[in-house]
Amino acid sequence: MIRFMNVHKWFKDLHVLNDVSLTVAAGEVVVVCGPSGSGKSTLIRTVNQLESINSGEIWVDGKNVADPKTDLNALRAKVGFVFQHFNLYPHLSVLDNITLSPLMVKKMERAAADKLALQLLERVGLAHKKDAFPAQLSGGQQQRVAIARGLAMQPQVMLFDEPTSALDPEMIGEVLHVMKDLAESGMTMMVVTHEMGFAREVADRVVFVDHGQIIEEAQPEEFFMNPQHDRAKQFLRQLLTPMQ
Amino acid sequence: MMGFDFSQIGPALPGLWDGMALTLKLLLMAVGGGVALGTVLALLRLSSNPLLSGIAKFYVNYFRSIPLLLVITWFYFVVPLVLRWITGEFVAVGAFTSCLVAFMMFEAAYYAEIVRAGIQSISKGQLNAAYALGMTYGQAMRLIILPQAFRKMMPLLLQQSIILFQDTSLVYAVGLMDFLNTARSKGDIVGQPHEFLILAGVVYFVISFGASFSVKRLQKRLAV
Ligand SMILES: Nc1ncnc2c1ncn2[C@@H]1O[C@H](COP(=O)(O)OP(=O)(O)OP(=O)(O)O)[C@@H](O)[C@H]1O
Ligand SMILES: [Mg+2]
Repeated sequence: MIRFMNVHKWFKDLHVLNDVSLTVAAGEVVVVCGPSGSGKSTLIRTVNQLESINSGEIWVDGKNVADPKTDLNALRAKVGFVFQHFNLYPHLSVLDNITLSPLMVKKMERAAADKLALQLLERVGLAHKKDAFPAQLSGGQQQRVAIARGLAMQPQVMLFDEPTSALDPEMIGEVLHVMKDLAESGMTMMVVTHEMGFAREVADRVVFVDHGQIIEEAQPEEFFMNPQHDRAKQFLRQLLTPMQ
Repeated sequence: MMGFDFSQIGPALPGLWDGMALTLKLLLMAVGGGVALGTVLALLRLSSNPLLSGIAKFYVNYFRSIPLLLVITWFYFVVPLVLRWITGEFVAVGAFTSCLVAFMMFEAAYYAEIVRAGIQSISKGQLNAAYALGMTYGQAMRLIILPQAFRKMMPLLLQQSIILFQDTSLVYAVGLMDFLNTARSKGDIVGQPHEFLILAGVVYFVISFGASFSVKRLQKRLAV
Protein backbone atom coordinates (compact mmCIF):
# COMPACT_ATOMS: atom_id res chain seq x y z
CA MET A 1 0.00 0.00 0.00
CA ILE A 2 2.87 2.38 0.89
CA ARG A 3 6.41 1.83 -0.33
CA PHE A 4 9.37 4.12 0.34
CA MET A 5 12.34 3.46 -1.93
CA ASN A 6 15.67 5.08 -1.04
CA VAL A 7 14.06 8.34 -0.03
CA HIS A 8 16.27 11.33 0.75
CA LYS A 9 15.26 14.75 1.96
CA TRP A 10 17.23 17.79 2.99
CA PHE A 11 16.20 20.97 4.77
CA LYS A 12 19.06 23.11 3.47
CA ASP A 13 22.13 21.34 4.97
CA LEU A 14 20.12 19.09 7.25
CA HIS A 15 19.76 15.55 5.96
CA VAL A 16 16.32 14.82 7.51
CA LEU A 17 15.58 11.62 5.63
CA ASN A 18 18.58 9.50 4.77
CA ASP A 19 17.98 6.62 2.40
CA VAL A 20 14.67 5.49 3.86
CA SER A 21 13.14 2.30 2.48
CA LEU A 22 10.01 0.87 4.06
CA THR A 23 6.93 -1.03 3.01
CA VAL A 24 3.53 -0.94 4.64
CA ALA A 25 1.22 -3.64 3.34
CA ALA A 26 -2.55 -3.25 3.05
CA GLY A 27 -4.20 -3.79 6.42
CA GLU A 28 -0.94 -3.43 8.29
CA VAL A 29 -0.35 -1.15 11.28
CA VAL A 30 3.17 0.25 11.50
CA VAL A 31 4.31 2.33 14.46
CA VAL A 32 7.17 4.77 13.92
CA CYS A 33 9.17 5.93 16.93
CA GLY A 34 12.44 7.66 17.61
CA PRO A 35 14.00 10.61 19.42
CA SER A 36 12.76 14.18 18.99
CA GLY A 37 14.02 15.73 15.78
CA SER A 38 14.86 12.39 14.19
CA GLY A 39 12.57 13.02 11.21
CA LYS A 40 9.41 11.07 12.10
CA SER A 41 7.01 13.87 11.23
CA THR A 42 8.86 14.62 8.03
CA LEU A 43 8.75 10.94 7.10
CA ILE A 44 5.02 10.55 7.57
CA ARG A 45 4.27 13.89 5.89
CA THR A 46 6.03 12.81 2.72
CA VAL A 47 3.42 10.09 2.21
CA ASN A 48 0.73 12.62 1.29
CA GLN A 49 3.31 15.14 0.10
CA LEU A 50 2.79 17.75 2.77
CA GLU A 51 6.60 17.55 2.48
CA SER A 52 8.29 16.98 -0.85
CA ILE A 53 11.33 14.71 -1.22
CA ASN A 54 14.64 15.33 -2.95
CA SER A 55 15.27 11.85 -4.30
CA GLY A 56 13.88 8.34 -4.20
CA GLU A 57 10.33 7.18 -4.75
CA ILE A 58 7.24 6.82 -2.61
CA TRP A 59 4.46 4.66 -3.97
CA VAL A 60 0.98 4.92 -2.47
CA ASP A 61 -1.76 2.70 -3.83
CA GLY A 62 0.13 2.19 -7.07
CA LYS A 63 1.02 5.86 -7.66
CA ASN A 64 4.43 7.49 -7.31
CA VAL A 65 3.65 10.52 -5.17
CA ALA A 66 6.88 12.31 -6.05
CA ASP A 67 6.03 12.19 -9.75
CA PRO A 68 4.95 15.71 -10.80
CA LYS A 69 2.23 14.13 -12.95
CA THR A 70 0.51 12.57 -9.93
CA ASP A 71 -2.70 14.37 -8.97
CA LEU A 72 -1.92 15.30 -5.38
CA ASN A 73 -5.46 16.30 -4.48
CA ALA A 74 -6.79 12.95 -5.64
CA LEU A 75 -4.02 11.19 -3.74
CA ARG A 76 -4.65 13.13 -0.55
CA ALA A 77 -8.35 12.36 -0.76
CA LYS A 78 -7.40 8.68 -0.34
CA VAL A 79 -4.93 9.20 2.52
CA GLY A 80 -6.24 10.39 5.88
CA PHE A 81 -3.94 12.43 8.11
CA VAL A 82 -4.34 13.11 11.83
CA PHE A 83 -2.20 15.89 13.31
CA GLN A 84 -0.68 16.27 16.74
CA HIS A 85 -2.57 19.54 17.24
CA PHE A 86 -5.85 18.32 15.65
CA ASN A 87 -6.12 21.31 13.28
CA LEU A 88 -9.90 21.25 13.25
CA TYR A 89 -11.42 24.24 11.43
CA PRO A 90 -12.35 26.54 14.33
CA HIS A 91 -14.97 28.52 12.37
CA LEU A 92 -17.02 25.45 11.49
CA SER A 93 -19.21 23.15 13.58
CA VAL A 94 -18.13 19.57 14.21
CA LEU A 95 -20.51 18.32 11.53
CA ASP A 96 -19.30 20.87 8.97
CA ASN A 97 -15.68 20.04 9.79
CA ILE A 98 -16.41 16.47 8.79
CA THR A 99 -18.64 17.05 5.76
CA LEU A 100 -16.66 19.87 4.12
CA SER A 101 -14.22 17.76 2.12
CA PRO A 102 -16.74 15.07 1.16
CA LEU A 103 -18.97 17.87 -0.17
CA MET A 104 -16.34 20.05 -1.84
CA VAL A 105 -13.69 17.55 -2.90
CA LYS A 106 -15.71 14.40 -3.50
CA LYS A 107 -18.84 16.28 -4.53
CA MET A 108 -20.97 14.04 -2.35
CA GLU A 109 -24.65 14.88 -1.88
CA ARG A 110 -25.38 16.86 1.29
CA ALA A 111 -27.73 14.20 2.68
CA ALA A 112 -25.22 11.40 2.10
CA ALA A 113 -22.39 13.44 3.60
CA ASP A 114 -24.43 14.26 6.70
CA LYS A 115 -25.41 10.64 7.12
CA LEU A 116 -21.82 9.47 6.79
CA ALA A 117 -20.60 12.14 9.23
CA LEU A 118 -23.18 11.11 11.82
CA GLN A 119 -22.21 7.46 11.47
CA LEU A 120 -18.57 8.35 12.01
CA LEU A 121 -19.37 10.58 14.99
CA GLU A 122 -21.30 7.67 16.42
CA ARG A 123 -18.27 5.48 15.90
CA VAL A 124 -15.96 7.87 17.80
CA GLY A 125 -18.61 8.38 20.49
CA LEU A 126 -19.40 12.03 19.77
CA ALA A 127 -22.74 12.05 17.94
CA HIS A 128 -24.15 14.37 20.61
CA LYS A 129 -21.50 16.99 19.78
CA LYS A 130 -22.32 17.41 16.11
CA ASP A 131 -23.40 21.03 16.45
CA ALA A 132 -20.62 22.08 18.83
CA PHE A 133 -17.64 24.14 17.73
CA PRO A 134 -14.10 22.82 18.18
CA ALA A 135 -13.29 25.35 20.91
CA GLN A 136 -16.11 23.84 23.01
CA LEU A 137 -14.53 20.38 22.99
CA SER A 138 -11.77 18.85 25.09
CA GLY A 139 -8.52 17.89 23.41
CA GLY A 140 -9.45 14.23 23.33
CA GLN A 141 -12.83 15.02 21.78
CA GLN A 142 -11.22 17.29 19.19
CA GLN A 143 -8.82 14.55 18.19
CA ARG A 144 -11.64 12.05 17.84
CA VAL A 145 -13.49 14.51 15.60
CA ALA A 146 -10.28 14.93 13.59
CA ILE A 147 -10.14 11.15 13.10
CA ALA A 148 -13.78 11.11 12.00
CA ARG A 149 -13.01 13.97 9.60
CA GLY A 150 -10.21 11.95 8.06
CA LEU A 151 -12.37 8.83 7.80
CA ALA A 152 -15.15 10.76 6.07
CA MET A 153 -13.05 10.79 2.91
CA GLN A 154 -13.17 6.98 3.07
CA PRO A 155 -9.39 6.73 2.81
CA GLN A 156 -7.40 3.61 2.11
CA VAL A 157 -4.64 4.61 4.51
CA MET A 158 -4.65 6.62 7.74
CA LEU A 159 -1.53 8.46 8.91
CA PHE A 160 -1.17 9.66 12.49
CA ASP A 161 1.54 12.08 13.66
CA GLU A 162 1.76 11.84 17.46
CA PRO A 163 -2.02 11.94 17.83
CA THR A 164 -1.97 11.79 21.63
CA SER A 165 1.10 13.79 22.60
CA ALA A 166 -0.75 17.11 22.90
CA LEU A 167 -3.38 15.56 25.17
CA ASP A 168 -3.80 15.51 28.92
CA PRO A 169 -3.04 12.01 30.20
CA GLU A 170 -6.65 11.21 31.07
CA MET A 171 -7.71 11.78 27.44
CA ILE A 172 -5.10 9.63 25.76
CA GLY A 173 -7.03 6.42 26.31
CA GLU A 174 -10.18 7.49 24.48
CA VAL A 175 -8.18 8.41 21.36
CA LEU A 176 -6.10 5.24 21.41
CA HIS A 177 -9.30 3.26 21.83
CA VAL A 178 -10.70 4.74 18.61
CA MET A 179 -7.44 4.02 16.80
CA LYS A 180 -7.41 0.46 18.02
CA ASP A 181 -10.96 -0.04 16.76
CA LEU A 182 -9.90 1.33 13.43
CA ALA A 183 -6.93 -1.01 13.24
CA GLU A 184 -9.16 -3.96 14.05
CA SER A 185 -11.51 -2.98 11.24
CA GLY A 186 -8.61 -3.61 8.85
CA MET A 187 -7.45 -0.06 8.12
CA THR A 188 -3.89 0.38 6.88
CA MET A 189 -2.20 2.67 9.38
CA MET A 190 1.12 4.39 9.86
CA VAL A 191 1.38 5.87 13.33
CA VAL A 192 4.09 8.05 14.81
CA THR A 193 3.70 7.59 18.55
CA HIS A 194 5.54 6.97 21.76
CA GLU A 195 2.59 5.12 23.26
CA MET A 196 4.32 1.80 23.69
CA GLY A 197 1.23 0.10 25.07
CA PHE A 198 -0.56 0.87 21.82
CA ALA A 199 2.41 -0.31 19.77
CA ARG A 200 2.53 -3.61 21.66
CA GLU A 201 -1.15 -4.30 21.41
CA VAL A 202 -1.98 -3.03 17.95
CA ALA A 203 1.11 -2.69 15.76
CA ASP A 204 2.26 -5.35 13.35
CA ARG A 205 5.67 -3.75 13.17
CA VAL A 206 7.68 -1.07 14.95
CA VAL A 207 10.11 1.12 13.05
CA PHE A 208 12.80 3.02 14.93
CA VAL A 209 14.10 6.20 13.30
CA ASP A 210 17.21 8.12 14.30
CA HIS A 211 18.92 10.94 12.43
CA GLY A 212 16.68 10.41 9.45
CA GLN A 213 17.51 6.72 9.09
CA ILE A 214 15.49 3.65 9.85
CA ILE A 215 17.89 1.78 12.06
CA GLU A 216 15.60 -0.90 13.38
CA GLU A 217 12.44 -2.59 12.14
CA ALA A 218 10.88 -5.43 14.11
CA GLN A 219 7.78 -7.04 15.60
CA PRO A 220 6.71 -5.09 18.69
CA GLU A 221 7.59 -7.82 21.21
CA GLU A 222 10.98 -8.29 19.67
CA PHE A 223 11.67 -4.56 19.55
CA PHE A 224 10.74 -3.96 23.16
CA MET A 225 12.25 -7.08 24.69
CA ASN A 226 15.34 -7.30 22.60
CA PRO A 227 16.33 -4.11 20.78
CA GLN A 228 19.42 -4.57 18.62
CA HIS A 229 20.96 -1.12 18.43
CA ASP A 230 22.42 0.92 21.26
CA ARG A 231 20.45 3.98 20.28
CA ALA A 232 17.20 2.02 20.33
CA LYS A 233 18.09 0.62 23.75
CA GLN A 234 18.87 4.07 25.05
CA PHE A 235 15.63 5.44 23.58
CA LEU A 236 13.55 2.75 25.25
CA ARG A 237 15.30 3.27 28.57
CA GLN A 238 14.53 6.97 28.45
CA LEU A 239 10.94 6.26 27.54
CA LEU A 240 10.49 4.03 30.57
CA THR A 241 12.27 6.32 33.00
CA PRO A 242 11.66 9.79 31.61
CA MET A 243 12.94 11.53 34.74
CA GLN A 244 16.58 10.62 34.20
CA MET B 1 -19.63 89.62 13.67
CA MET B 2 -23.18 88.42 13.35
CA GLY B 3 -24.56 85.48 15.31
CA PHE B 4 -25.09 82.14 13.56
CA ASP B 5 -28.29 81.60 11.68
CA PHE B 6 -29.19 77.98 10.93
CA SER B 7 -32.61 78.82 9.49
CA GLN B 8 -31.79 77.73 5.93
CA ILE B 9 -30.67 74.26 6.83
CA GLY B 10 -34.18 72.83 7.09
CA PRO B 11 -35.15 73.58 3.50
CA ALA B 12 -31.76 72.31 2.30
CA LEU B 13 -32.10 68.88 3.92
CA PRO B 14 -33.34 66.95 0.86
CA GLY B 15 -30.36 68.20 -1.14
CA LEU B 16 -27.98 67.41 1.69
CA TRP B 17 -29.43 63.92 1.90
CA ASP B 18 -28.74 63.41 -1.81
CA GLY B 19 -25.14 64.37 -1.11
CA MET B 20 -24.93 61.91 1.77
CA ALA B 21 -26.47 59.20 -0.39
CA LEU B 22 -23.73 59.71 -2.96
CA THR B 23 -21.06 59.64 -0.26
CA LEU B 24 -22.41 56.38 1.15
CA LYS B 25 -22.85 54.77 -2.25
CA LEU B 26 -19.28 55.68 -3.17
CA LEU B 27 -18.05 54.41 0.18
CA LEU B 28 -19.80 51.04 0.02
CA MET B 29 -18.78 50.34 -3.55
CA ALA B 30 -15.20 51.43 -2.90
CA VAL B 31 -14.97 49.25 0.22
CA GLY B 32 -16.36 46.24 -1.65
CA GLY B 33 -14.07 46.68 -4.63
CA GLY B 34 -11.10 47.70 -2.49
CA VAL B 35 -11.35 44.66 -0.21
CA ALA B 36 -11.77 42.32 -3.18
CA LEU B 37 -8.77 43.78 -5.02
CA GLY B 38 -6.83 43.99 -1.76
CA THR B 39 -7.44 40.29 -1.12
CA VAL B 40 -6.16 39.40 -4.58
CA LEU B 41 -3.08 41.57 -3.97
CA ALA B 42 -2.49 39.93 -0.58
CA LEU B 43 -2.66 36.45 -2.15
CA LEU B 44 -0.26 37.49 -4.92
CA ARG B 45 2.06 39.03 -2.36
CA LEU B 46 2.13 35.74 -0.43
CA SER B 47 2.59 33.62 -3.53
CA SER B 48 5.81 31.70 -3.89
CA ASN B 49 6.21 33.06 -7.42
CA PRO B 50 8.69 35.95 -7.08
CA LEU B 51 7.31 37.77 -10.12
CA LEU B 52 3.71 37.80 -8.83
CA SER B 53 4.71 38.73 -5.33
CA GLY B 54 7.03 41.43 -6.69
CA ILE B 55 4.25 42.99 -8.74
CA ALA B 56 1.91 43.03 -5.73
CA LYS B 57 4.62 44.48 -3.52
CA PHE B 58 5.33 47.24 -6.00
CA TYR B 59 1.64 48.06 -6.35
CA VAL B 60 1.13 48.29 -2.60
CA ASN B 61 4.22 50.38 -1.99
CA TYR B 62 3.45 52.66 -4.90
CA PHE B 63 -0.11 53.51 -3.87
CA ARG B 64 0.91 53.92 -0.25
CA SER B 65 3.51 56.48 -1.30
CA ILE B 66 1.37 58.93 -3.25
CA PRO B 67 -1.40 61.26 -2.07
CA LEU B 68 -4.99 60.17 -2.57
CA LEU B 69 -5.87 63.56 -4.04
CA LEU B 70 -3.35 62.98 -6.79
CA VAL B 71 -4.86 59.58 -7.61
CA ILE B 72 -8.35 61.06 -7.78
CA THR B 73 -7.47 63.89 -10.14
CA TRP B 74 -5.23 61.69 -12.18
CA PHE B 75 -7.83 58.97 -12.65
CA TYR B 76 -10.38 61.59 -13.63
CA PHE B 77 -8.29 62.14 -16.75
CA VAL B 78 -6.86 58.68 -17.23
CA VAL B 79 -9.84 56.35 -16.76
CA PRO B 80 -11.76 57.63 -19.81
CA LEU B 81 -8.60 57.34 -21.91
CA VAL B 82 -7.93 53.78 -20.78
CA LEU B 83 -11.52 52.72 -21.42
CA ARG B 84 -11.36 54.27 -24.85
CA TRP B 85 -8.15 52.41 -25.54
CA ILE B 86 -9.69 49.12 -24.41
CA THR B 87 -13.07 49.42 -26.10
CA GLY B 88 -11.88 51.44 -29.09
CA GLU B 89 -14.68 53.92 -28.84
CA PHE B 90 -15.37 56.96 -26.80
CA VAL B 91 -17.16 56.13 -23.57
CA ALA B 92 -18.41 58.91 -21.42
CA VAL B 93 -17.17 58.21 -17.90
CA GLY B 94 -18.66 60.29 -15.17
CA ALA B 95 -16.73 61.72 -12.28
CA PHE B 96 -18.40 59.14 -10.04
CA THR B 97 -16.98 56.17 -11.91
CA SER B 98 -13.48 57.56 -12.12
CA CYS B 99 -13.57 58.43 -8.39
CA LEU B 100 -14.81 54.94 -7.57
CA VAL B 101 -11.97 53.35 -9.53
CA ALA B 102 -9.46 55.69 -7.87
CA PHE B 103 -10.69 54.86 -4.36
CA MET B 104 -10.84 51.15 -5.06
CA MET B 105 -7.32 51.00 -6.38
CA PHE B 106 -5.90 53.30 -3.71
CA GLU B 107 -7.60 51.64 -0.77
CA ALA B 108 -6.79 48.18 -2.09
CA ALA B 109 -3.15 48.87 -1.20
CA TYR B 110 -4.12 49.41 2.43
CA TYR B 111 -6.63 46.55 2.59
CA ALA B 112 -3.99 44.26 1.03
CA GLU B 113 -1.64 44.78 3.95
CA ILE B 114 -4.42 44.12 6.45
CA VAL B 115 -5.56 40.95 4.68
CA ARG B 116 -1.97 39.75 4.33
CA ALA B 117 -1.40 40.09 8.06
CA GLY B 118 -4.71 38.30 8.62
CA ILE B 119 -3.77 35.36 6.42
CA GLN B 120 -0.35 35.11 8.04
CA SER B 121 -1.93 35.02 11.49
CA ILE B 122 -3.75 31.76 10.69
CA SER B 123 -1.67 28.79 11.76
CA LYS B 124 0.07 26.78 9.05
CA GLY B 125 -1.71 23.71 10.40
CA GLN B 126 -5.00 24.94 8.94
CA LEU B 127 -3.61 24.95 5.43
CA ASN B 128 -1.97 21.57 6.02
CA ALA B 129 -5.27 20.14 7.24
CA ALA B 130 -7.12 21.47 4.21
CA TYR B 131 -4.50 20.05 1.85
CA ALA B 132 -4.43 16.73 3.70
CA LEU B 133 -8.19 16.50 3.13
CA GLY B 134 -7.76 16.86 -0.61
CA MET B 135 -8.54 20.54 -1.08
CA THR B 136 -6.93 22.65 -3.77
CA TYR B 137 -5.17 25.91 -2.92
CA GLY B 138 -8.25 27.84 -4.03
CA GLN B 139 -10.64 25.78 -1.90
CA ALA B 140 -8.34 25.99 1.13
CA MET B 141 -8.15 29.77 0.86
CA ARG B 142 -11.84 30.31 0.16
CA LEU B 143 -13.26 27.85 2.69
CA ILE B 144 -10.67 27.71 5.46
CA ILE B 145 -8.08 30.48 5.54
CA LEU B 146 -9.89 33.62 4.35
CA PRO B 147 -13.03 33.18 6.51
CA GLN B 148 -10.82 32.94 9.60
CA ALA B 149 -8.55 35.77 8.48
CA PHE B 150 -11.47 38.11 7.78
CA ARG B 151 -13.03 37.40 11.12
CA LYS B 152 -9.79 38.32 12.84
CA MET B 153 -9.18 41.36 10.68
CA MET B 154 -12.73 42.72 10.70
CA PRO B 155 -12.01 45.54 13.18
CA LEU B 156 -9.00 46.74 11.18
CA LEU B 157 -10.90 46.56 7.89
CA LEU B 158 -13.73 48.59 9.38
CA GLN B 159 -11.34 51.13 10.87
CA GLN B 160 -9.73 51.57 7.48
CA SER B 161 -13.19 52.02 5.96
CA ILE B 162 -13.97 54.80 8.43
CA ILE B 163 -10.87 56.63 7.23
CA LEU B 164 -12.10 56.08 3.70
CA PHE B 165 -15.47 57.58 4.66
CA GLN B 166 -13.72 60.80 5.59
CA ASP B 167 -11.48 60.68 2.53
CA THR B 168 -14.43 60.47 0.16
CA SER B 169 -14.78 64.23 0.67
CA LEU B 170 -11.74 64.66 -1.59
CA VAL B 171 -14.02 64.14 -4.58
CA TYR B 172 -14.70 67.89 -4.49
CA ALA B 173 -11.50 68.09 -6.57
CA VAL B 174 -13.34 66.73 -9.61
CA GLY B 175 -16.61 68.45 -8.80
CA LEU B 176 -18.60 65.48 -7.53
CA MET B 177 -21.48 66.53 -5.27
CA ASP B 178 -20.89 64.42 -2.19
CA PHE B 179 -22.15 65.42 1.24
CA LEU B 180 -19.42 67.97 2.03
CA ASN B 181 -19.44 69.54 -1.39
CA THR B 182 -23.24 69.79 -1.32
CA ALA B 183 -23.17 71.41 2.10
CA ARG B 184 -20.59 73.92 0.99
CA SER B 185 -22.33 74.94 -2.19
CA LYS B 186 -25.74 75.18 -0.53
CA GLY B 187 -24.26 77.30 2.23
CA ASP B 188 -22.68 79.60 -0.30
CA ILE B 189 -25.93 80.01 -2.23
CA VAL B 190 -28.01 80.97 0.79
CA GLY B 191 -25.23 83.08 2.30
CA GLN B 192 -24.71 80.90 5.38
CA PRO B 193 -21.43 79.11 4.53
CA HIS B 194 -20.20 78.81 8.12
CA GLU B 195 -23.39 77.30 9.44
CA PHE B 196 -23.46 74.67 6.71
CA LEU B 197 -19.84 73.75 7.28
CA ILE B 198 -20.42 73.45 11.02
CA LEU B 199 -23.31 71.12 10.30
CA ALA B 200 -21.11 69.07 7.94
CA GLY B 201 -18.42 68.85 10.64
CA VAL B 202 -20.92 67.61 13.20
CA VAL B 203 -22.34 65.01 10.81
CA TYR B 204 -18.89 63.63 9.87
CA PHE B 205 -17.88 63.57 13.52
CA VAL B 206 -21.00 61.79 14.73
CA ILE B 207 -20.86 59.14 12.01
CA SER B 208 -17.10 58.49 12.25
CA PHE B 209 -16.99 58.57 16.02
CA GLY B 210 -20.07 56.38 16.34
CA ALA B 211 -18.66 53.88 13.88
CA SER B 212 -15.26 53.86 15.59
CA PHE B 213 -16.91 53.29 18.92
CA SER B 214 -18.89 50.33 17.56
CA VAL B 215 -15.74 48.87 16.02
CA LYS B 216 -13.96 49.05 19.38
CA ARG B 217 -16.82 47.23 21.02
CA LEU B 218 -16.79 44.62 18.27
CA GLN B 219 -13.05 44.25 18.79
CA LYS B 220 -13.55 43.59 22.48
CA ARG B 221 -16.25 41.04 21.76
CA LEU B 222 -14.06 39.22 19.23
CA ALA B 223 -11.14 39.24 21.65
CA VAL B 224 -13.03 37.24 24.28
N1 LIG C 1 10.28 23.20 7.55
C1 LIG C 1 11.48 22.94 8.09
N2 LIG C 1 12.57 23.66 7.77
C2 LIG C 1 13.78 23.37 8.27
N3 LIG C 1 14.01 22.37 9.15
C3 LIG C 1 12.97 21.61 9.53
C4 LIG C 1 11.65 21.85 9.02
N4 LIG C 1 10.81 20.94 9.57
C5 LIG C 1 11.56 20.18 10.38
N5 LIG C 1 12.86 20.57 10.36
C6 LIG C 1 13.97 19.93 11.07
O1 LIG C 1 14.08 18.61 10.61
C7 LIG C 1 14.38 17.72 11.67
C8 LIG C 1 13.34 16.63 11.74
O2 LIG C 1 12.12 17.20 12.10
P1 LIG C 1 10.80 16.35 12.38
O3 LIG C 1 9.73 17.30 12.74
O4 LIG C 1 10.57 15.44 11.22
O5 LIG C 1 11.25 15.49 13.64
P2 LIG C 1 10.37 14.58 14.58
O6 LIG C 1 11.06 13.29 14.65
O7 LIG C 1 8.96 14.58 14.15
O8 LIG C 1 10.52 15.30 15.98
P3 LIG C 1 9.45 15.46 17.18
O9 LIG C 1 9.49 14.19 17.97
O10 LIG C 1 10.00 16.60 17.97
O11 LIG C 1 8.12 15.73 16.58
C9 LIG C 1 14.46 18.58 12.93
O12 LIG C 1 15.81 18.84 13.20
C10 LIG C 1 13.72 19.83 12.57
O13 LIG C 1 14.26 20.94 13.25
MG1 LIG D 1 7.15 15.32 14.99
